[in-house]
Amino acid sequence: MARIIVVTSGKGGVGKTTTSASIAMGLARRGHRTAVIDFDVGLRNLDLVMGCERRVVYDFVNVINQEANLNQALIRDKREDNLFILPASQTRDKEALTKEGVGRVLDELAQSFDYVVCDSPAGIEHGATMAMYYADDAIVVTNPEVSSVRDSDRMLGILASKSRRAERGDEPIREYLLLSRYSPERVARGEMLSVDDVKDILALDLLGVIPESQSVLSASNAGVPVILDEASDAGRAYADLVGRYLGEDLPHRFLEAQKKGLLSRLFGG
Amino acid sequence: MGLLDRFRVARKGSASVARERLQIMIARDRSERGRPSYLPKLEKEILEVIRKYVEVDPDAVSVNYEQDAHQEVLELNIVLPESAQRA
Ligand SMILES: Nc1ncnc2c1ncn2[C@@H]1O[C@H](COP(=O)(O)OP(=O)(O)OP(=O)(O)O)[C@@H](O)[C@H]1O
Ligand SMILES: [Mg+2]
Repeated sequence: MARIIVVTSGKGGVGKTTTSASIAMGLARRGHRTAVIDFDVGLRNLDLVMGCERRVVYDFVNVINQEANLNQALIRDKREDNLFILPASQTRDKEALTKEGVGRVLDELAQSFDYVVCDSPAGIEHGATMAMYYADDAIVVTNPEVSSVRDSDRMLGILASKSRRAERGDEPIREYLLLSRYSPERVARGEMLSVDDVKDILALDLLGVIPESQSVLSASNAGVPVILDEASDAGRAYADLVGRYLGEDLPHRFLEAQKKGLLSRLFGG
Repeated sequence: MGLLDRFRVARKGSASVARERLQIMIARDRSERGRPSYLPKLEKEILEVIRKYVEVDPDAVSVNYEQDAHQEVLELNIVLPESAQRA
């Protein structure tokens, strides 16, 4: 039985797809059979971040509509045998994702995978609710910024009331905070909400902090999940985060500002 | 206050303002989220019942819901017109 993980946020552009790609790759590299699904019907980003856009033949909606079977639509990652991508369709209308259809696909995946990672679209509407409905775990991607934190809290409300687990009265979805695009320098100057601020406001367990990093853009330019860039801070932060998700007790890195020069010591708080 | 301190205060500002705004916003969001979904319908039906007996404005009935750790309070407010006409 697979564990179903939704990567969600409410607010757009905070790093869900970046996170889904890296977490799925990280789980697969540790030997877990992992599928990652793009729920962003109409946009289709995940295959680009994973670098498999030219191998897309069938998509998630084809499988839901039974125009293709799962094996035809799943793309095996060229770098990692344990990793499969189910791309979103580019053209179809969002209502193509039905609760029954999504449930059927997840059930089938659950039989042969250890983890299914669901990359949610932005918002709190249909697509985002479909992505979280069947989840066991939710990774709430948040940027240290007012609107992102507020939207994350709204998403927490939805996870607690609209998911299958909530409807059935089962044990609730396990929720984890992933704080991304974090800039310790700006936090030290009092310009940015700190990890503790966000953790306290949302009252969530912290799974990890991903620093603001140029390596994320270079990786997505190249179609390589940033977790594979082991020299980069963001890559290492994602690797730690996957370890923590799997139960390892790893300290949080990249939370402190670089050693300060005289000037920033004078002006910093 | 020295010039440097002034800088410090200005810098400290924006993150702590963000934190305070968020705390208020999220407390409000959460209390609204906890409201029972039947409230609008309840309000409408109470209004209909009142109107069988008294001519009141459509917004004469308001239902407020509050919740704390110990209890839930449903507060019902009905504004009667100056000279309540019996129907
Ligand atoms: N840690 C980071 N440092 C710097 N840039 C980042 C970081 N994480 C994400 N980005 C950039 O932010 C942008 C949005 O990222 P991404 O597509 O992962 O967000 P998303 O939440 O999936 O967006 P959408 O809501 O549109 O699906 C991308 O350009 C990405 O390169
Ligand atoms: Mg995305």
